[in-house]
Formats: sequence, C-alpha cells, structure tokens
Amino acid sequence: MNTVLSRRGLLALGGGLAVAFSLRAEEPARPGSLKGTPSLDAWIRVAPDGRVTVFTGKAELGQGIKTALLQVAAEQLDVPVAHIDLVTADTMRTPNEGFTAGSHSMQDSGTAILNAAAQVRGVLVAAAARDLGVAAETLTTVDGTVHAADGRSAGYGPLAATLNLHIDAEPTSTLKDPSAYRSMGTPMPRVDIPAKLTGGQAYVQDMRLPGMLHARAIRQPSVGAMLLDIDTGPIEAMPGVVTVVRQGSYLAVVARKEWQAVKAMRALEAAAQWRETASLPDQATVLDLLAGLPSRVIPVLDWKGRAGAPMKRLKARYTRPYLMHGAIGPSCAVAQLTDGTMTVWTHTQGVYPLRSALAGLLRMPVDRVHCIHVEGSGCYGHNAADDVAGDAVLIARAVPGHPIRVQWMREQEHTNEPYGAAMIAEVEGAIDAAGNIVDWNYGVWSNTHNRRPNVGGLMLQNAALPDPLPVPPPAPIPMPEGGGERNSNPIYAFPNAKVVSHFIPEMPVRVSALRSLGAYLNVFAIESFMDELAEAANADPVDFRLRHLKDERAKAVVSLAADKFGWGAGKRGEGRGFGFARYKNLGAYCAIALALRVEHETGRIRLGRVVAAVDSGQVVNPDGIRNQIEGAIVQAASWTMYETVRFDRQRILSRDWSGYPILRFPAAPESISVHIVPRPGQPFLGTGEAGQGPMAAAIANAVRDAAGVRLRDVPLSAVRVKAAVGV
Amino acid sequence: MIRLTVNGQQHEVDAEADTPLLYVLRDDLGLNGAKFGCGLGQCGACTVLVDGQPVFSCLTPVSVLAERQVRTIEGLGGNAVQRAFEDVQAAQCGYCIAGMVMRATALLEHNPHPHEDEIRAYMSGNLCRCGTHMRILEAVRQAAGQGVKP
Repeated sequence: MNTVLSRRGLLALGGGLAVAFSLRAEEPARPGSLKGTPSLDAWIRVAPDGRVTVFTGKAELGQGIKTALLQVAAEQLDVPVAHIDLVTADTMRTPNEGFTAGSHSMQDSGTAILNAAAQVRGVLVAAAARDLGVAAETLTTVDGTVHAADGRSAGYGPLAATLNLHIDAEPTSTLKDPSAYRSMGTPMPRVDIPAKLTGGQAYVQDMRLPGMLHARAIRQPSVGAMLLDIDTGPIEAMPGVVTVVRQGSYLAVVARKEWQAVKAMRALEAAAQWRETASLPDQATVLDLLAGLPSRVIPVLDWKGRAGAPMKRLKARYTRPYLMHGAIGPSCAVAQLTDGTMTVWTHTQGVYPLRSALAGLLRMPVDRVHCIHVEGSGCYGHNAADDVAGDAVLIARAVPGHPIRVQWMREQEHTNEPYGAAMIAEVEGAIDAAGNIVDWNYGVWSNTHNRRPNVGGLMLQNAALPDPLPVPPPAPIPMPEGGGERNSNPIYAFPNAKVVSHFIPEMPVRVSALRSLGAYLNVFAIESFMDELAEAANADPVDFRLRHLKDERAKAVVSLAADKFGWGAGKRGEGRGFGFARYKNLGAYCAIALALRVEHETGRIRLGRVVAAVDSGQVVNPDGIRNQIEGAIVQAASWTMYETVRFDRQRILSRDWSGYPILRFPAAPESISVHIVPRPGQPFLGTGEAGQGPMAAAIANAVRDAAGVRLRDVPLSAVRVKAAVGV
Repeated sequence: MIRLTVNGQQHEVDAEADTPLLYVLRDDLGLNGAKFGCGLGQCGACTVLVDGQPVFSCLTPVSVLAERQVRTIEGLGGNAVQRAFEDVQAAQCGYCIAGMVMRATALLEHNPHPHEDEIRAYMSGNLCRCGTHMRILEAVRQAAGQGVKP
C-alpha cells in the first residue's frame, strides 16, 4: 500500500525546524503538518473492515510518540486504540515531516493528526447522515460506529468504502470538547514497551533478514586521516569473511556472522597504516579559542524602556564543554540493494533528509533510495544514526542482493558521533534600589547546532572517499527557535535588554544537534544569573523570578513547583536550588526545585529531592510527559555534574564509558516528582527538551546555597566543586 | 560444535570458541534480549544470568558455559520484575531495559528485601542514558514486594 504523497514544498531546514510553505499564495493556513501535506488520506485511511491506519512522518525515539499519536487519533476519530495501526516515518508511505526533533512532534504531527482525525470523523458522520436520512447533528460516534437516535447505525468501514478521503483538509476542524475526552489526557501504557521487556524484535539492531550479512567499518582514527597501503589478503582469508570493501580511506569488512565481522575489523585495524595530522584544538584552551574565532553577529533582541537608576551591576561568564549524546546502543542500520533500489532500515531522526544524503553519497537518484525508520537506542539528537546508514549503503552496494547489517562499536560511537557544541555566554545585569532588574546585556558564542545530513557532503564517510562531495558551510538556525541562541531571549520582562548571538562558522571539533541545543547553556546562564541578581537584591529566588514574570502560565508553573517542593518553608543554606524556562519561549514551561548536599571532602554533589512542574498545553499522555521530564532531569544532572568530551591534538580520548563517565544509579536523585498543569484545549507544547536547562541551573543554584560557591562552568565536577569549596 | 543450555534448552552451535556469549545468543539462537552496548563490561546492556549470577555476555566466552545454565529475558516468562517494569512504565528508549530486568532478577532472587542503597549499588553496573533511573528503582522495589523466585 503506497500513500499518494503531497509534493507540496515541505522544506526541511533541520535542527528541528520544518518550515512549510504553500505554492499558492491564497491557500489558507492549515494546522500543524497539514500545512505541507494537506490531503486527509495522507494521514488517515479507513479500511472496509473498519480498521484504521494512521500515518506520521515522525519517528519513535523512545519518547513515546507512537502512543501519544494513537491516543490523539483514537480520541478524535472515536475508534479504540486497538483498531488503529500506526505507520511511522517511511519515505514511500508517510508524509515528509522533516526531522523528529526540537520537541516538535506533537506540535507538527500531533496537531495534523488531531485535525485530520476530526475531519475524517466529520466526513464519515456526514455520509451516515445522508445514508440514514437524518441531520448530522443528531448522530453520535462510538468505537468506530455512527449511531442514530432511532437505534440505526453505520460502521466506519462500510461508510469509508463509499468515500474519497483524498481531499485537502479544511483550515479549521470541529474538535471535540476537551471535557469529553476519554483517551487524550489519560495515562496510557506505551505500545512499544511490552516487546522491549520480553525480548521481542524492537530495534533495528534486532533485524534478521533472509541472506543478511554482518559488516563493520574501520573508522579513520582521527579527522582527515589517510589510509596508506594495507594488505587485506590475510583478512579476506579469515573464517566467514565475505569481502573487504575499500574506497580511498574508507574501509569495511563483510562476514557471515557478526563476531566474525568484529574479529576481521580488529585485524584490519591492526593492519591499517594511517597518516594523521594534529587537527584538533588544545582542550585546555578551547573555549578561549572559540571566543577568538571569527563570528557573525546575530542580534536577538533590543528592548529599551523606562526604568529606575541602576544601583548594583553584576557580570558573569558561563560555559559548557563539548558533550556527547552517548547512546547506550551503538548506532546500527540495515541496507539492501535490490533491482537498483537501495532500501535502508534506519533509526535516523529524518528519513527524507537522510534519503537525499544517502542518494548523494551513492550518486544514485533520490527515488532509488527508500528509507524506513526502525527504532534504535535513544539518540538525544543527531548522533551516529545517520552515519551508520552511510556505512550500510556503501557496503550493501558492494554486495548486491544481501541485506547488510552494520553496527558501530562502542569506541566508534564515542569518538565519531557529532558532539553538542562547546559554548560561552556572557551576561551583565543591573538592579535598581527596589531590587528590580533594570538592565540586561547578554551575549552567546557558539558553533552551529545543526549538521544533520541532507546532502552527501555531510555524511561522515564523505571525507574518506576518493572523490568527496562538496561540504556545505554551517548555517545558524534562525530565531525564534535558534541554535546557539536558543532560549538566549529571556522570558522575564526587563525594561532594558540586549541579546546578541555570535555565530562561529569554523568548527574545531565536529558538532551537531544535541538535545535542547543552545538552550541548555543559555538557560543555565540566565537562571544562574537570576539567582546571582536575586542575591544582590537580597530577594528570595522564587519571589525574584515571579516579580519579573508577566506570562501567567510561566508564573503558574514557577508557583506550582515552589509549592509542591515546600519552598516557602525552607531556609537559606539548606542546599535548595531553583530553575525555570519555557523551552524556546514557544514550547513547554518547566520549573524545577531541588535539594542537594555537597560533600566537602570529595566535592561530590548528592542530589536529594527534585520537584518539577510542567505546562505542555493540552496533555495527551500525562505519564509520557512525566517520563520525559524525569528523563530530562536525570540526563541533565549527568551532563551538569560529570560530562566533558576529552581529546588531544590528534584524537578523541573519550573512547568508552571510562573515558566519558555518566551518571550511575547511586548518584541518581533521592526522588523526582513531576506535576502537570492541565491546559485543556490549548495547543500541544513539546516537552522532550524542556527540563535540561532548568535542571542545570537548579543544581548550580543549590550548590551556591549549600556550599557558598558559585560555579559557572559545566560540568560542576567533584574536582571543580572541591577546588571552589577549598577544603 | 559448542554446547550450551539457554533457558533450559540444550543447544549445539557452530561458533568459534572465543565467541562471546552475546553473539551466540543473538546470531545463532536468534534471541534479541541481550544487547550490544560496549563490549567492555561497562554498561550492562548485555546482562544475562549464568547459574543465577548476572554476567556481561559481551565478555563471556561461550566455550566456558557447557555445563552451566544461561538465562535470558526470553526465559523469564513474565516474572514479577517484568510485570513491575511494565506497571511503572520503566522505559524510555528501552535499549538498556532487558539488561536491567536481568540484573534486578538476580538481585531479588538472592536478596528478596534489599535496602534502597543495596538496590542502587547492585544496579550500578548497568547504564541508562534516557534517565529512567527513578522508574527502574521503583520497579525493582515493587517487584521486591511481590517476590521473585528462581
């Protein structure tokens, strides 16, 4: 079954930004991704037996999107979830919704399916009204059946069989009254979890296709390394080895069994001679290096207003190092070349952009490449998911007909994934005699946060091939979403404020999108500095925030987190910290209050109680929202307390979990509770990246409260804390 | 040929003697539960039980297992740990979860009522990157309350 896809211009810019535009100027604006793909049957089909198929261009990344989209469709269609099949990102079947990123899935796809489902239900009810000879308003829908007041009924299947759903959606839909919702807003167990708990096939790593062979790539040991001569003869004679693939400095091996491929890969690594250059910067001074590189100045905002005279002025600089996505499962892909078509099973976040990139890498027409999303290990942004698909297709082309499964090794994932960019923020602020902020001056320095491949030149393999494609220059992501400047615009109502982003094109280390992009550092900086100013004003940090907020939903979230934590009953010096942001100032609101202890002897931070409040607009799966916020809290705790990618002038040194330690169970918080502000009928606000920045700031603010030291450089490692405490 | 017993069933597999158990489970026996995570014993995604003890299957040569009982998540048959993980929805991407369930099963079979610190210390060999730690701990506590028998 192939969906007739809309070819209207859906331009995927990446970094979580899918900008849709219409070719016809007079066309009305449709909600969510209906803008780019307006046809109802691109989203929803009803089979003659009443079974419903829902299509989404977004992908399950472990965030629970499948379950939430099923709930949305079930609600607006009035069909049980069990009667719905969901097809996710597939370049031959689903709409092109760009990347599953930027906490956009509910906003884009959820909104499209919400409206498409409501409209399909409307079309079905209208058909039933006609068939039954009654007014549509007198009909009700339950579990896939339209009921008339007189007891007659008509099933969706037979009704749909007479209808054409290949019609464009209307700009507005008649949605159900949120008070009547049965599925949306109610916790639903995730549909993908049972297979993961029983050893079912759940991941691309678990695929076993007939005739499948296992492959491993031999990575360049450092950027730009050239493969000198290598005698592959002895390795080709190893048990199970099918072939060695070599193109320039690109080297890979195919074997019948996986362990044979691993052993052959290790033998090739031992035999390979490389010419390397010292292409990496000095880690000790990399932040200063970045600050000194040429940059493009991007004004973010410039507010001028009347305010009291500044009485006290503070200035501070905050930084973060390169951070790793660090998927627990190294990236994997399966590819097969059959009859001139390359089929790729991949855990990419963007099947359509990846299709273009792979076609470029292979010099094949785009319509001969078919990308199908299959879940992988959680990615948290642009990790090696796309690059391993590059390996799979290059190798599959050399062994036509056979499905080729490639999985990276741990050190390949650690040393070759594109990292989250190191960043610097500088802020200066002033308070007046009443303790109100009257001036705010903020600058942020960063590389790009989006090198997601949509052309072959952006694939890792490109530089190793003998005839590399041109590499497009990095580009900033424009506000209001922003890349390095994401969330650099404060949500607080300051009378005077100036925010400037310094976009640094030159990338001393390979970087791309890591969950929340620049928001992690910007929120860390803003929310740390808010506490610094509150202290200067001798104000309580929560009161200080509230009196600078005008947005009522922001105030509600801040107040809820403070209340549930019991902030008002606490005292200074107890190790309490607070952090708040609205993601991108467009998405979910999240406030976090926490308690921690600082072990003076070791510098270790011990996390206690963590309380979060979140406003994600209309709630679909409340347990999904809680799970995402809990995850953000723990992941951000790990980034903030432990993590730094280490390198020397030639190679990445963080090769495994000993060289890049992350949070383990004993360091997890004592408890986390997440409280949701219900907003029935409001637009969906993406949740997946709302908690990272607030958590980082809450930790730093609590360390200040507990130990009297203000730490402005992430990570707040034990070594740094101990040095600051000075015991 | 190498002999081994997995989930009570005897198998003879044509694998090289140095093959880690993980690859035999996945490649020869078609079992998905044990996952490749690091190949170094640092993350626990490959955790299975050998004679009731959790081991990193990525580091255990299959040749030493002839007389021993290997258990994987496929053989648990919906035990209290699996039920608790389902009940508290203790997964995000879930890649680490089979390893977590196996390690928690080993803990509760030997120590039916572990203290919180014991749970955290025992589970510390297994990494989760999604930050599902609080739910995993809750699932282990819940399963402990229900009892886990070998």
